[in-house]
Amino acid sequence: MIHFQNVTKRYGEFTAIDNLTIDIYEREFYALLGPSGCGKTTLMRMLAGFETPTEGKIFLAGQDIAPVPPNKRAVNMMFQSYALFPHLSVWENIAFGLKREKMPKHDIDDRVEAMLKLTRLEKFARRKPHQISGGQRQRVALARSLAKHPKLLLLDEPLGALDKKLRQDTQFELMDIQEKTGTTFVIVTHDQEEAMTVASRVAVMDHGKIIQVATPDRIYENPNSVYVADFIGDVNLIEGTATPNGSDAYAMSWHEGHPPLTVKSPNAFSDGQKCHLAIRPEKVAISSEQPAEADNAVQGRILDIAYLGNISTYHVELPTGAVIKAQTANTRRIARRAFTWEDTVWLSWTATAGVLLAD
Amino acid sequence: MRRFVLIAIPYVWLLALFLVPFAIVLKIALSDAAIARPPYFPQFDWAEGIAAFIAELDFENFVWLTEDDLYWKAYLSSLKIAVISTFFTLLAGYPIAYGMARAPEEWRPSLMMLVILPFWTSFLIRVYAWMGILSNEGFLNQFLMWIGVISEPLTILNTNSAVYIGIVYTYLPFMILPVYSALERLDGSLIEAAEDLGCSRLTAFWLVTIPLSKTGIIAGSFLVFIPVLGEFVIPSLLGGSDTLMIGKVLWEEFFSNRDWPVASAVAVVLLLLLVIPIVLFQRNQQKQQEAEQ
Ligand SMILES: Nc1ncnc2c1ncn2[C@@H]1O[C@H](COP(=O)(O)OP(=O)(O)O)[C@@H](O)[C@H]1O
Ligand SMILES: [Mg+2]
Repeated sequence: MIHFQNVTKRYGEFTAIDNLTIDIYEREFYALLGPSGCGKTTLMRMLAGFETPTEGKIFLAGQDIAPVPPNKRAVNMMFQSYALFPHLSVWENIAFGLKREKMPKHDIDDRVEAMLKLTRLEKFARRKPHQISGGQRQRVALARSLAKHPKLLLLDEPLGALDKKLRQDTQFELMDIQEKTGTTFVIVTHDQEEAMTVASRVAVMDHGKIIQVATPDRIYENPNSVYVADFIGDVNLIEGTATPNGSDAYAMSWHEGHPPLTVKSPNAFSDGQKCHLAIRPEKVAISSEQPAEADNAVQGRILDIAYLGNISTYHVELPTGAVIKAQTANTRRIARRAFTWEDTVWLSWTATAGVLLAD
Repeated sequence: MRRFVLIAIPYVWLLALFLVPFAIVLKIALSDAAIARPPYFPQFDWAEGIAAFIAELDFENFVWLTEDDLYWKAYLSSLKIAVISTFFTLLAGYPIAYGMARAPEEWRPSLMMLVILPFWTSFLIRVYAWMGILSNEGFLNQFLMWIGVISEPLTILNTNSAVYIGIVYTYLPFMILPVYSALERLDGSLIEAAEDLGCSRLTAFWLVTIPLSKTGIIAGSFLVFIPVLGEFVIPSLLGGSDTLMIGKVLWEEFFSNRDWPVASAVAVVLLLLLVIPIVLFQRNQQKQQEAEQ
């Protein structure tokens, strides 16, 4: 539905968006994820019509939208700051866009009532924005941007100001609303957990470029670069050189005096090519005895234990000085914990547990 | 005790500089004119006592104000001039304030300086300068005839137009500053939100910018309206004989007719009339403060 074609945006010398080509499909919940300053807001503002691309074109439903001013686009934006009109009540805020369409009065009433119901704000319709809580304001902003039935809804860090609990509730609410209304959502966030929770596809950005676009599980399990692996979730990165060893299999030598690691990878590597093994902490098993049938096993000493309630993360120092994180679920009470500081333990993982990434 | 002193200071100030002079003026207003020094009667006399003194006071002068139509016409005409010039000051001041608030951040202090700068020269000199500009042989007429717009000089000085020009010029900063401070606080994303929801630039201005600068507009209007209502210098220097303003009438009663009691009555009524807009102004300020909390 939306197609960015070689879009570049420069502010003077500074390139905020760098030759970007992406597609966003109908009824999709698309998340833009990236560190602060990587150009996410700029991308949204180009879609909404507040900025024009320096180069390249943006198509909405096949039409170049460059000449369409913001007030004529079937796109609504929910601002990072909510941007609610302080002089209008919640009801009037939601009706604001509808009144501009010259909609008949009772249609407006119906639509606003429906929006209030959807966002569970019926009780607050008469209040002014400064008389409601942060979470309610955020829902007003959402209701206001949804009221006009936009083809595309842009959400710029919509939940940034909320505390964790409210945030999680709202994330599910957002998904629910997206399902009910069938609107295409593009959400900007710098919180990877949020992107993974709500989105059907996640785009990871850095310095004005898209690094990878994929479903949340593929982004997590099959990152295409060290950057993405490191940005999304927790990861251990082991540097080494690859040697092909049978179909899709590689022996990765990572430190002199240690046996090479066995890795399976669909990505092709040439003999002696430098590479990184990215492996998630929860895929590393920890044991006190050397495991009998593991593809890879290394010995180390427990440096640190981070107890997070449901899980514990062990920081294990290898003889090489590298620190590997291993996670275990705390299925038993803490008093019976098997390992403690300074214990010598074995870490093991299978050949398919990690992904091999080029430098 | 300290708290009491702190609270007492403004009250003592108010008592000494407002209530006492007001009581004196009110007393004169209730007296009768006399050819004497001071030119009114009765004088307070210790021998006769306070009761006899009060018995001599009456409301004659206030009754007189209602009988001679000069006075209510002067009040009405002042009101009209104040309303119209406040409107024109707003019309001139709003775009200036808007431009200042939209200007790049680093320019704003300099622009602010330019608005305040005229205050550093005497107000009288500036009004006299306008006489030089507006007179029949003044710069304005010379310029207009030079570019050929007119062939005969326009008579502006000593008319109500000159009074309006003088007032708008003099009071412009009082309008600009509160409007500017309201516009500067305005969040730019609100305008974008309005456009996003289907407003053109103009409707966004009308539906968002204007309502959100309302407190500034009201504050500025009162800051202009209140002093203009009693304005004396501008109408007497720039206005003509048909410019009727209560400040001028007041001055003439005091110094030309030496009728202090009537003049005092005029002043008391003017003050009472001003209390209404001042109270409204205070309420606006209070509402604004509450809204900001
Ligand atoms: N109007 C502007 N003028 C100059 N630079 C800008 C402007 N808007 C954004 N930038 C720059 O573009 C980069 C990307 O900004 P933005 O899209 O807001 O990032 P994000 O939303 O991902 O944090 C930032 O480095 C920012 O400084
Ligand atoms: Mg941003």
